[in-house]
Amino acid sequence: MAHDRKPGEKVVFVGDSRVRLKTERLKQPDYSAYPGKSEAFIPNFLLKEWMVGVVVLVGILALVMSEPAPLGYPADPTNTAFIPMPDWYFLFLYQFLKYPYTSDHYVVFGTVLVPGLAFLGLMLVPFLDLSPERRFYRRPVTSALMIVTLLAMGYLTYTSWHHYKEELKEKNIIPEDVKREEELRAAKGAGKAAPSPSAGAAKKVAMVAPDDPGAAVFKKATCVACHGGELKGMPSSGIPALLGIGDTLSKDDILGIIKNGKGNMPAQYKDNIGKGLTDADIDKLANWLSMQKSK
Amino acid sequence: MFKSMYNWIDERLDITPMWRDVADHEVPEHVNPAHHFSAFVYCFGGLTFFITVIQILSGMFLTMYYTPDIINAYASVDYLSHKVAFGVIVRGMHHWGASLVIVMMFLHTLRVFFTGSYKAPREMNWVVGMMIFGVMLGLGFTGYLLPWDNKAYFATQVGIKIAASVPFIGDYIKTLLQGGEVVGAVTLTRFFAIHVFFLPAVLLALLAGHFFMIRKQGISGPL
Repeated sequence: MAHDRKPGEKVVFVGDSRVRLKTERLKQPDYSAYPGKSEAFIPNFLLKEWMVGVVVLVGILALVMSEPAPLGYPADPTNTAFIPMPDWYFLFLYQFLKYPYTSDHYVVFGTVLVPGLAFLGLMLVPFLDLSPERRFYRRPVTSALMIVTLLAMGYLTYTSWHHYKEELKEKNIIPEDVKREEELRAAKGAGKAAPSPSAGAAKKVAMVAPDDPGAAVFKKATCVACHGGELKGMPSSGIPALLGIGDTLSKDDILGIIKNGKGNMPAQYKDNIGKGLTDADIDKLANWLSMQKSK
Repeated sequence: MFKSMYNWIDERLDITPMWRDVADHEVPEHVNPAHHFSAFVYCFGGLTFFITVIQILSGMFLTMYYTPDIINAYASVDYLSHKVAFGVIVRGMHHWGASLVIVMMFLHTLRVFFTGSYKAPREMNWVVGMMIFGVMLGLGFTGYLLPWDNKAYFATQVGIKIAASVPFIGDYIKTLLQGGEVVGAVTLTRFFAIHVFFLPAVLLALLAGHFFMIRKQGISGPL
């Protein structure tokens, strides 16, 4: 028994008789057929691999430090203005689904048939390309199919990204992660604590004096089209909420914005006069908006 | 002392042959960039594994702070990237590593493809490699939702819609992924579980098979 053996005596386990005793170990592949100098994996080659690994790690860390991982605003399912974008390596598929014969009634072509065939073909390539030739220029069909696919994927990815950029420019949208980063930087520069938007913790600002005559004017004025009947605005499209606006703007400021516009907002005064409002109405409106304080 | 510790274990478990199986082999000249610089293309597979290890380690640290529920997911990611010491580095590594692992894996696939290394007798390893590719894309897709910002939410909504368009089984896939009527609380916990438990387990099993087959068959010869 193992516990009363002599010191130095080798323990031999009998094992399960159904398992055949393995006498032959995994063979070292014989590279003598290949020309040149092979070298031992451990330690010679591993050391070189290690050095490559260190260089790559430094590269990754440099990237991480120069470009922090983006984070936008908390998911809001009611947001209708957000342009959905998948991660970059799915863009080619996303773009592919925008063409006539790969969308709507034919969407199955785009989502299942073409990508499925491509992936299946790639997976089964050892069973399709049966020639013993390994050089890519000696098996032109296989290589050409791959190169065409790569070019198509490159083109689709580029087009998708290009369209996205165009759409952002057209609708004047700043991507949320960029906007949030700027916001954080501004808060840091002003020495304030970083604002942290959070789905659960978002502070609810209530509408002040909803029975005020100004509120009725607001509903008739052009303001309501963008800032909304509830004064919530459309933060994702860069249209600010008017709830709590009285904290930062006075009545005169608001009158100025109505007359001259601000940022992307064009001047509204003439349009409102055209809609039948009077100067007195606009004064009431600005007065009401300046009453919108969060406390 | 290490020698005697090793001997103590070796005496009981006979680990020397196992160790030899893993480590004791030679690297031929045509894949060694020290001899031919162009052989760096043979590094892509190893670098894919290296970044995968980074992903696993950084992911493990991220789960120390991340909370997979719709109220706290965003807040926990926000907290970890702005308040936790080195949190921005760990999350950054996981974020960029996710892209780099796809890039490296893609380059590795192209190297194997254009050197014809998938040909007999290595067909099975190619098929396993393509499965790894699929699992990696799955990890990318499920991980994209976890920060629970608008980008994550709407991309996942589109992704699930695409999956639902599959004939016959589309609705089942949708239910499996989404868990409810909309992309919501259940979707997030499901994606978290798939991202953190299911797919990594499959990935590790496939990687083990991939490496075992390389070791068994050796590297394909020079062109």
